[in-house]
Amino acid sequence: MRFLVLGKATKESEAGVLPDQKDVLEMGKFNEELVKAGVLLAAEGLHPSSKAVRIRFSGGKPTVIDGPFAETKELVAGFMIWQVRSKEEAIEWAKRAPVFNDGEMELRPIFEMEDFCADFAPEEREQYRDRVLKPAEELRVQAAAKTQR
Amino acid sequence: MAVPEAHRAIDAVWRIESPRLIAGLARILRGDVGAAEDLAQEALVAALEKWPQTGVPRNPGAWLMASARNRAIDQLRHRRVAERRHEDLGRELDAGGQAAVEELDAAIDDDIGDDLLRLIFTACHPVLSTEARVALTLRLLGGLTTDEIARAFLVPEATVAQRIVRAKKALADAEVPYEVPRGADRAARLASVLEVIYLIFNEGYLATAGDGLVRPGLCEEALRLGRILAELAPAEPEVHALVALMELQASRLHARMGPSGEAVLLADQNRGRWDQLLIRRGLAALERAERAGGTPGPYALQAAIAACHARAPTVEETDWPRIAALYGDLARRTPSPVVELNRAVAVGMALGPAAGLELADALTSEPALASYHLLPAVRADLLARLGRFDEARREFERAAGLTRNERERRLLLGRAASL
Repeated sequence: MRFLVLGKATKESEAGVLPDQKDVLEMGKFNEELVKAGVLLAAEGLHPSSKAVRIRFSGGKPTVIDGPFAETKELVAGFMIWQVRSKEEAIEWAKRAPVFNDGEMELRPIFEMEDFCADFAPEEREQYRDRVLKPAEELRVQAAAKTQR
Repeated sequence: MAVPEAHRAIDAVWRIESPRLIAGLARILRGDVGAAEDLAQEALVAALEKWPQTGVPRNPGAWLMASARNRAIDQLRHRRVAERRHEDLGRELDAGGQAAVEELDAAIDDDIGDDLLRLIFTACHPVLSTEARVALTLRLLGGLTTDEIARAFLVPEATVAQRIVRAKKALADAEVPYEVPRGADRAARLASVLEVIYLIFNEGYLATAGDGLVRPGLCEEALRLGRILAELAPAEPEVHALVALMELQASRLHARMGPSGEAVLLADQNRGRWDQLLIRRGLAALERAERAGGTPGPYALQAAIAACHARAPTVEETDWPRIAALYGDLARRTPSPVVELNRAVAVGMALGPAAGLELADALTSEPALASYHLLPAVRADLLARLGRFDEARREFERAAGLTRNERERRLLLGRAASL
């Protein structure tokens, strides 16, 4: 299973303060360990929310809102994608992350094909795929085709 | 912490730590991987008793290593006493076992990478049967329990347990040295390691047993092993190439399965469902393989073919001339009628059906393909494209008669009827 691992923003990350040399080294070591274990699939750091925008939809109508955004603790400062065998394994890795002061990580399991189908009997699964997944997939393909045009 | 919760946490620690633990211990015990695993297991049992009360320690790996280390010292002392009794004083050690302690500490501090590499080469040693190599690799390097391996391969747990016991004994009997092979031996031994990993992957990807078309869990285990190996042996082009091949194939896992669980051929797959993250990772791994240099090996060639498909937005826009050339290289490296048939398909796409048919026709007398339904199916397709419909129909019908898959049979008969 895969997890989206969200590193939550801090006052420092929102202020655009880059971590010092020692912290960067520590983080590099942690990432290296994840790579060596075959766990880390992707990792990116994000600019502070002052450089971000939000597109809010209201009644189907989009409005563009410029950052910064106030709710620091709910903001994301970086993310990784991990491939692990269980939620417990993800937790165990997360506990080993170098967090230098206060901070929070959020682990969100990524939907896999199996998740849609696990609770269904084979016939139900087929119906679910035909009636829900396939139309959704078609919509996505249509949307993608539109944006490419 | 509640006990079951603690047990799940310990289970996770085990999966992360056990390969390094076993790899380090095996070196101290002069390559006795069986004893190393027993010691690691004992440390785990101690953790299972202790951690539910005390909580998981801050550095659980170090805790397990310290616990196993003490047991290893005891065992080495016992062995040495036994050795003395046999008057084998060749390697006399000081009475306190101080040398053993120092050796152990040195091993713990040492770069664990070399030990992990030794462990992989030992688990995939050619003295073992393929099944034994697979089971031992998943057990020692994947940290899987026998029960998990049994469920993954749909065999009874006792079978897997027996395979592992026998494999450990076979390694001990053959006095397999605990080392990373060098020189001429290395290429052959590495090929065995890669074969085991790709076999695990394919068992998941092709699911030869069971009712599912794919078993993604096994693909994930194989990918993880491959990614670990690529970090341990970064100079080996074929290791990166195997990782590339697996990442690229895994990117199509979901698109390979139709709404009712049937296989969807590459040409008919919805490319929007291909996993772009895995494609990117696969292409990057292939680049690393190419940078590592040397003549491309069989995995590099197969990965390069998979990369051509991954880069193509549609079947028509695929670089068929390159795929045809790569199959040509592959046929020279590892000649096989199936590779040749694939080449015929690619040539048929690159240069037109007549050129493809010429290659396919040359295979009709090939005994290995006598009952292989894809040969008449490929010929039928090429004949149809040439407008030779009567011959095409007969070949589709022949292919339908040869396939064992009911869904495929209906598909082939449908194509025959449509001509």
